[in-house]
Amino acid sequence: MRGLALPRSPKVILGLGILGFFIVMTVIGPWLAPYDPSSTAFTALLTPSSHHWLGTTSLGQDIFSQLLVGARATMVVALVAGLVATLLSMIIGISAGYLGGVPDDGLTLLSNVFLAIPGVPLLIVIDSYLPVNSRSNEFVIGLIISLTGWAWGARVLRAQTMSLRNRDFVEAARIIGESRRRIMFSEIAPNLLPVLASSLLFTVLYSIGAYVTLAYIGLTSTATWNWGTMLYWAQANNAPLSNEWYWFVPPGICIALVGTGLALVNFGIDEFINPRLRAAGLTARQRRQLHLPRRARLGLTPVLSATPAPRPRPTNAVAK
Amino acid sequence: MRIVARRLGLYLLTAWVAVTANFILPRLMPGNPVQTLIGKITSQVTPAEIRAIRLSFGLGFKEGLVAQYFTYLGQLFHGNLGVSITLGAPVSSILRESVPWTIGLIGISTVVSFVVGTVAGAMLGWTRGSRFDSLIPTATFFQAVPYFFLGTVMLLVFGSNLHWFPVLGAYSQGATPGWNWSFVASVIRYGELPVISIILSSVAGWMLGMRNMMITMVGEDFVLMAVAKGLPRRKVIMHAARNAVLPSIANLSLAIGLVVSGALLVELVFNYPGVGDLLLQAVLNEDYPLIQGIFLVITLTVLAANLIADVVYLVLDPRTRSEAAV
Repeated sequence: MRGLALPRSPKVILGLGILGFFIVMTVIGPWLAPYDPSSTAFTALLTPSSHHWLGTTSLGQDIFSQLLVGARATMVVALVAGLVATLLSMIIGISAGYLGGVPDDGLTLLSNVFLAIPGVPLLIVIDSYLPVNSRSNEFVIGLIISLTGWAWGARVLRAQTMSLRNRDFVEAARIIGESRRRIMFSEIAPNLLPVLASSLLFTVLYSIGAYVTLAYIGLTSTATWNWGTMLYWAQANNAPLSNEWYWFVPPGICIALVGTGLALVNFGIDEFINPRLRAAGLTARQRRQLHLPRRARLGLTPVLSATPAPRPRPTNAVAK
Repeated sequence: MRIVARRLGLYLLTAWVAVTANFILPRLMPGNPVQTLIGKITSQVTPAEIRAIRLSFGLGFKEGLVAQYFTYLGQLFHGNLGVSITLGAPVSSILRESVPWTIGLIGISTVVSFVVGTVAGAMLGWTRGSRFDSLIPTATFFQAVPYFFLGTVMLLVFGSNLHWFPVLGAYSQGATPGWNWSFVASVIRYGELPVISIILSSVAGWMLGMRNMMITMVGEDFVLMAVAKGLPRRKVIMHAARNAVLPSIANLSLAIGLVVSGALLVELVFNYPGVGDLLLQAVLNEDYPLIQGIFLVITLTVLAANLIADVVYLVLDPRTRSEAAV
């Protein structure tokens, strides 16, 4: 196994940078917040100034503090949901792909049903029945979101497992009498690492969207701060129509930036899995260094073994 | 046709799961759901309506969970989704008014967005490595923005500041609903901004997926062959694109659910009188019969859309047809 050496393209570096920034914000944000986000001590609807970087709400709360404090709940839910969903999809997908037969039929049917049910409306129904104190618990919400988010990953992992099932190393493990569980999760799973990573990124992305949506329509506790509740209060007080952009734009931009970071890193994983995509992302200068034709040519997409490190290599870097 | 039958079976099973979830969830709540509901009713409710609520939850004359379940299924089959607690009207008649708005809004924007995204993605994949690639990070950003947030920003900028589009609602107050020209024109005028914002949020996904498939396709031998024998560029692109679009269509079933979920919230932002706006009201008022009815209608509509996507896929990919014939 080669490990997950991400191609060092500008896209991936930018993505990792964005994610790193928000992870730091998640950890230290609540300590950095200048005021208590729920305190209504200030004048209402101040525009951004040096005292209140992002102004205040109609209740006189400091928006910048809300943004910093709210990062934690948002990211924790997304991470819990992403991890649990990926774990579920790994267990279900690899078992289905490796065991085949009746277990495969059953598990595939299960994931197809979960794929076909629209996730967010289902979440809304489940969440509306939760007792109010569970709605403010990030772990409960994260678990419920993961229930609606695992099926896509399971489908991809099942297909990949089926392509590995009859490889020699799996046969060898079977012959020396390894247990099924060991073959599935110690032999096959590590080979699916890029797919697992990509599915983790996607479920985290989905979870942020789902959590913010739930919070936006008021289905999480409106007393704890996350980026979705900020949008909820802004909408409830008609901020969009009263030109109070500083109230609802910052949380929205933060959500979008986290999502962009995840998607950019995922580009790197895609390029790792599909070498043809690597050549497509090259700049003109990198193409010259690899002695590739300056413009992409019809019918020719070079398959590169690694992304742009200048190597003295003749034109036969073009493999096909 | 066997494939269509199998997919139909899957969707029927899915519909059954959704229906059953609606039956089980209220029973997981502490206390008697129907008593809680009736206690919350604010509007004037007749005994007949209370009976309808009880029946829609399966609480008829017989007790016992299995008997309740069959009563519930029977009522559902007859279109009794219960009575809305806050509006005091049957859920099915409330939905009949709002569902057409949602199907119009989300249907049109999803189709336009799929077509535009696929064509743009095919062009991007074909001219890979050109300066158009700088579109990709922008597209990624738009893909990550929540639908409702983009809608909010567009409402603020183009609606309430620039006054390019009318804001809030689905038609102007002056128009009388019906098939007259001034009403239709005002519906189109009011629909523009929501449609544009849904398209902007969803187009990037189709575009990026199509681009990646197109890049893989362009490296295939049949494309090289087509170029070598001197087919015009347009024809070569069509050949490659027709093959590259298949995974996009195969993935439609997953994507439709996500797009609908996102687009429902756009209705909230624009006060559009569709199912999404209704859902918010229902959630705020804890109007459980309405929430459940909306969930069922959304699920069934999405499943129907999935079935259409499957049939389209079958028409476009001869391989699945021959497989079905075997």
